[in-house]
Formats: sequence, C-alpha cells, structure tokens
Amino acid sequence: MKKSVFSICGMCTVRCPIRVEVENGVATWIEGNPHILGRSLCGKGSAGLAFHYQEYRPQGPMLRQGLRGGGQWKRVTWDTALDYVADKLGRILDRYGPGSTFLSCRGGPFLDLPKTFLKALGSPNFTNHDAACGRNVHHASLSLYGLGRKDFIYDLKECNHLVLYGRNMLESLKVKEAKDLMEALSRGMRMTYIDVRQTVTGSKASRFWMVRPGSDYALNLGIIHAVIKEGVYDAEFIRKWTTGFDDLANIVQPYTPEWAEEQTGVPAAEIHEFVREIASDRPKVVFHPGWMLARYRDSFYASRSTHILNVLMGSVEVPGGQIIAKGPKDYGKKDLNNLGDGVPKPTEKRADGVGWKYPHFDAGPGLFQLFYPAILTGQPYPIKAYVCYRHDPLTGFPDREAQRAALDRLDLIVALDAKFGETTWYGDVILPLSGYLEKDSPIASQKGKTPRFIVRRQAIEPLYDSKPEWWIFKELAKRMGLDKYFPYESVQELWDFQLKGTGFSIADFEEKGFVDPADKAKLFDRENGLKLKTGSGKIELVSPSLEKAGFPSLDIYREREPLPAGTFRLVFGRHAIHAHGHTQDNPLLHEVFPENNLWINDRVAADLGIAEGDKVEISANGVTAEVKAHITPFIHPEAVFTVHGFGRTVPVLKRAFGVGFADQRMAKGCLERFDPAGGGIAYLECLVTVRKAEEV
Amino acid sequence: MSDYIIFQDVDRCIGCYSCEIHCKANKKLPDGPRLCRIYQFGPKLVDKVPRMAFSFLACFHCEKPWCVSACPSKAMQKRPKDGIVYVEAEKCIGCKLCLYACPWGVPQFIQEDCVAVKCDLCKDRIDQGLQPACVTKCITGCLQFGRRELMPEEQVRRYELLATP
Repeated sequence: MKKSVFSICGMCTVRCPIRVEVENGVATWIEGNPHILGRSLCGKGSAGLAFHYQEYRPQGPMLRQGLRGGGQWKRVTWDTALDYVADKLGRILDRYGPGSTFLSCRGGPFLDLPKTFLKALGSPNFTNHDAACGRNVHHASLSLYGLGRKDFIYDLKECNHLVLYGRNMLESLKVKEAKDLMEALSRGMRMTYIDVRQTVTGSKASRFWMVRPGSDYALNLGIIHAVIKEGVYDAEFIRKWTTGFDDLANIVQPYTPEWAEEQTGVPAAEIHEFVREIASDRPKVVFHPGWMLARYRDSFYASRSTHILNVLMGSVEVPGGQIIAKGPKDYGKKDLNNLGDGVPKPTEKRADGVGWKYPHFDAGPGLFQLFYPAILTGQPYPIKAYVCYRHDPLTGFPDREAQRAALDRLDLIVALDAKFGETTWYGDVILPLSGYLEKDSPIASQKGKTPRFIVRRQAIEPLYDSKPEWWIFKELAKRMGLDKYFPYESVQELWDFQLKGTGFSIADFEEKGFVDPADKAKLFDRENGLKLKTGSGKIELVSPSLEKAGFPSLDIYREREPLPAGTFRLVFGRHAIHAHGHTQDNPLLHEVFPENNLWINDRVAADLGIAEGDKVEISANGVTAEVKAHITPFIHPEAVFTVHGFGRTVPVLKRAFGVGFADQRMAKGCLERFDPAGGGIAYLECLVTVRKAEEV
Repeated sequence: MSDYIIFQDVDRCIGCYSCEIHCKANKKLPDGPRLCRIYQFGPKLVDKVPRMAFSFLACFHCEKPWCVSACPSKAMQKRPKDGIVYVEAEKCIGCKLCLYACPWGVPQFIQEDCVAVKCDLCKDRIDQGLQPACVTKCITGCLQFGRRELMPEEQVRRYELLATP
C-alpha cells in the first residue's frame, strides 16, 4: 500500500511545504511540495526520515526522579502525567494567582493551541524565542511602519540590487528564498554582502565588504548621509509617505562616508560607488533589515537605519522591493477562526514588564529573558510554573548557570517536545510530542503576496507513546475545568471550527496541501492606499512612540574601543546542514557536519602561534572550552566564528553529546545585557580570549 | 559512459550538501558510505570578492568500468539497456576488489552488510520515469539529469572554455 501525503516539514522553523510517500505505513521519501518548491528540499528535510526512525527521542510521558537535569526519569501513562501537571498547575494557580504560569515557544504559525491554553489559565505571560533572534528587527520595523518584520515580503523575483548584512541566505536556508535568490543572481541581480566573515552567500555577491564587528550602524549612517547629500532618494515617496525627513538629514549630517570608513574599514570611495549603483537600481532595491540580530546593544538602530534605506529608495510596495504581506482580510475574505478569540483577555499585566514598564516593546510575545528577574524577585508577582513548549532556552539564550539558578526557583517545569533539548532534560515532566510526520496540526493562516492556509497532515502512525498538540492541550484543559475553550473532540472538529465561514473544508487541502483564499496578487495603491499602522498613518522616520519612551529615533554612534590583544567577539551562525541546536544528533546530518570549529583570522593566528587544526582554548568569564582552529584570511581580526548548536550535555544524545563547544555558554552576563530600544539579547557585547591549548 | 549523465551548473551550486543527504536517505544507507560528494574549493580572492566553488562528484559510469572487470562474482554490472553501472547486492561477496579497481574511489562499502554499494543513478526511479534523488530535490536546480546528447549548449561552451588555455 503506497500513499502520498502533503504536509509541512518540522526539521527547522522555516516549515517548508513537503510531500511524503508512505509504503505499508513506513515513510520512504520526503520531497518539497512540487506545487510550491518544485520538489526541492534541503538536507535537513530529507534527514527527517532519520529523525523519525533513528534518532533517540522521548518515547512516552516521563516524570523526573531525583535532581533536575539528573536524567533519572520514570515512564508513566498519559493519564498519570496529565493528572500530575493539571493538579500541580491548579494548586500553583490557586496559591499564586493566574499570572504565575508562563509559557515559551519557538514561535511560528501553529500557536493558537498553546496561547489559548495559557489565556484560559488567566495568564498574560506568553513568550517566545525571539529576543534571541529577530526582536530588534521587528521593533525597528514597528517603529517606522507600525508593521512588524513579518509584514514584509522581499520581492527577489524582480529586485535589481539586494543588500545583505550578515543575512546568510544560502546557509541559514529557507528553500524557497534560496531558490529565488539563485534565480535572481543568474538573471543579473546585483548583491552587496556585508559581514564580519565570508560565507557561501557572500561568495556569490557582486560586492563583499568585510566590516569591523558591530559597525553596521556606522556604515548605514554613512550610506544615508551620502544618499541624502547626492539627492538620490525618492523625494516624491518621502514627501507623501514619511514624517521627519529633515530631522533625519540633520542627524546624519556629521556621518560622512569618510567617517564611516574609519569605523567600519569599508573604503569611502567604495561607499560612494555603491550609492551611485543603488541610485540607478532604485526603487527595485532591497536592504534586508536583518534576521537574527540579537547581537549588539545598538542592533535596533542598525536595523532601523536599514529599514530607513528602503524608505529612501522608495522600495516600499513596489515590484522588486519590499511588499506588504497580505492576509485574507486584505482581499475581503474571511480569515481562520481562532480558539483564543473565545477566551477572556487576562487582566493581569505581563510579568516581563512589556507593555507597562517597557511601553515601546510589542506585548505579543514580550521578552523571554525578562521572566528570569520576575522569577527571582517575585515582582510584579510570583512566577512558579513554566510550560516549555518545543523551545530550548538553555541552548538559545546565554548563560546557562544564570538561567538554571532562576529555573531552580520554579515549582514546576513542564516540557512539551519531540526531542531531548537541553531545557527538556531540565524539566520535571516531559509530555512527548509526536514527530511532525506522526501528527496533524491545526490549520494556519500565512500572510504573503497572496494569503495562504496551510496544514500539517499525519503521514505515519506515531512510533512511540507520543501525542499531538491538539490532544494534549485539550486533555490538560479538560482536567482543569477549562475544556469549554477547546470546543472539539477530534482534529476534524477543530479544522471545521477553524474553517467555518471561509468557504473551505479540509478536503480542499488534499489536492495541493494548501488553499489560497485569494488567487491573484495585488499591490496597495501608493497614491493613497498604503495601510500603515503608525499613529500618523505614515512612515515615521522620527518616531513619536520611541521618543516618548525616552529613545532617540536615531541614536548617535557610539564608537567601539579597540579590543585588548588576544580578545575577540565570538560571532556565531549557521551551516546549511544544521538548524541551530535541533539537528546535531541526526545520523545523516552528523555525518556531514559532526563538530563545530573556531574560525580565526590568519594574521591573528600567526601572532598567537595557532595553525590549522590546532586545538585552541576559548574562554570567557570563567567558562572554558577546547575546539579545533580553522584559519582563514576571510574573517575580521576582531572576530572569531563558530557554528551554533554544539556542545550538547544531554547524555542520551549519543552522537552529539560532548561534541564541539556551545557558544552561548561563553556569553555569561549577557542574559541581562540587551538592546534597550529593541529588546534583543546583546550576545556579542562580551569578549572571549583564545589561545593555543596546552599539549597534554 | 551510460546513456545518462548528471551535470552540475557550478555557478548555481550553493554547497548545501543536500544532495549527499537526499541520496543517503533514499538509499537508507548507514554511517560511512556516501554515494555522491560535494567538494569545496576556495574561498579565493577574485576581484575583491572571496569566491567559493563546489564540485559534485558521483560515479562516472565508465565506458569500460574497471570495477566490473575486477568483480569475481559478477555482482558489479553494466546495465545493457542504458550503461548504468550498479551492484547486485545479493551476488556481492564483499571482497572489495571493486573499491581497489576504481581509479576514482567511487564504490563504497557497507560494513554491517559486507557489501559494496555505489551510485546507480537511482535506476529504479529512472525506470519509473523519475529522476535521481539528488537531482530531484536539489535546491537551486544546479544538478540536472538527462540523456548525454541533451547536455545543454551552455555546459558544452564551458567545457570548451576550460579546454582553451
């Protein structure tokens, strides 16, 4: 018996659409959805078979015995595990109030269930990983447009010039984006790539600038200065759609390209040449505002100034520029029904301070790291329970010791996960989620050039005693007397509820794996139809809400001191074969890329007596690790680089355990160090020392 | 050579190693054998940009394959209808002579099963009118599959450029 199932990949957080072939109940082939990806898929996607059939993952509900993180687990039934969680959560709720539980996740389109569950408890404390990722970019976008970072599509299909600041599109892979990028490059699109090191993406660029670490903002100030001075901006668009242009011109006045050269190392003559190029390429120019920008204390301004460059180019809502993502409502169609809309809004203020203590941050997911001080101080109220829903902050956030010290103060840590993350292992209860081939998901609504409804469909039976989210949250809610907020008994009933009034049924997804509520893409009218969500309805180059919170719209540039000899900024990133910390134990991926190394600039290495392949000792603030050196001229002398996600400490991960080193553990003290305007962790505001390891 | 070739547009290759994984996942191979490989060249500075190139290597499916002649058990064969060189696992006695015979190091070995294994261009897929796994799922379309005589002009032109000093 052979069948074919359209579904959604779960190997990383991009969630590419896939088609799965199943023979006699066993998945044998995964490819990209031919209707969207022409069957293309990345290596991680194919390694999904190995994830399901070979990786060691939680095989049933487990209760911790002994100390947290000690790895002594007792297998129990689902009834026992769910009763335990419901009983304990209920008692914490009664004693400490509705806000005493917080829930974190990795983000993504399928969050109605966990959000509804938390809301039903009465807690406002939903949060996600984004403070260690794109929060600065998101807040920068909000401060200009009132629209978030995911409200824009970069139209590579017609773009003339793409400018990337460390956005490594060909290694931090999104399959569709990488395909589009290579199409655009072979069509002749120019690409300027700016980074502290050379990547595969940069190797395909028409221009490569190796900049001093942390100087993106200075570079942008220099470019903006030149753009305004040369008068090569879209004056008509600026007049019609922006506020504060004259203030912007004043702010960048002192920041000439010659000044930028001193800060960044990029020759002023090349900045001038670049500005002449974009002048002829506009408006089909995209300055990518960044993705993972939890880097420096001024990353918010680096991103905001990048967004501003798009505005100056007039590349908003034009083909080849950045296009506002549209949902069903923008096409006059009905969107999905959310379970969460049926739950009263919690009355308590957020424990992370977002929305009241920090009015300039988006209250949606708040800021994860600010839950730790709330746990430790009991302010504004006690936090006693943590639901860790497919998230691994001990890998994604800095300073494991500080995190554990806070987690130790909790009465309950419940981990819902399909694999053994560092944080899952530190939990009290593991509720194992089925693998992504083993379960149905709720339907999700995706904004885009045209909107789309997508759904993950079960391809195979669960190999172990695991469950899907729709079942777990419903069962927990039932036990806590909250099941009226989960008005379904089967996933079919959940889908029916979601689709009611949209004109679609789940059967409509069979043909291609998705449905499109609107068939033909449209652009908003640039004369009077841009739907911006700022107070003024315009693009606010000077942002009243930012300034009201005490932050300048564009800060002065704070020059970086030269680094003391032998110290570096530890920059981390991706390799095409791994997804952060998710995939190190996968047999197929491990074989291709088993261990991370440390890139060191060749001249620096020569000074330190380090040769290719030598073992070096890297340390910061009392944390030390050994790693093999990779020597290259194509990394800035102030930076060292590694691939994130290694140095796993969970002993059941046979391949990954103890292999390579964990960059996030070096960033001690960085848990409290975040960009005050953007909220993102300032991972790189911390220096490491590197020296040749002593022979034993 | 076989009637078919896989050609690689180096300009389009992004060195993502996906082809290696697509192959191994499809063939359900254990740790060790890899039937196609990506090799990285560079980065090397060319006109101010450090460039990298990635080369895809699998089996050449030789006209007169030494691995076939070396095989004492007739497990290594050249398919008459299209020249694909493959191992019939049931006949393989695990002597590794093919591994030694191939000048390119193409045949691999599955330790657990004590058999040789190599790229067969996914002949089972070809017979169903499909393409090899590595080509089917290549992200950028840099890998292409087809009959030898249909190799695109562009590719021929590049070979000529390489041949002209």
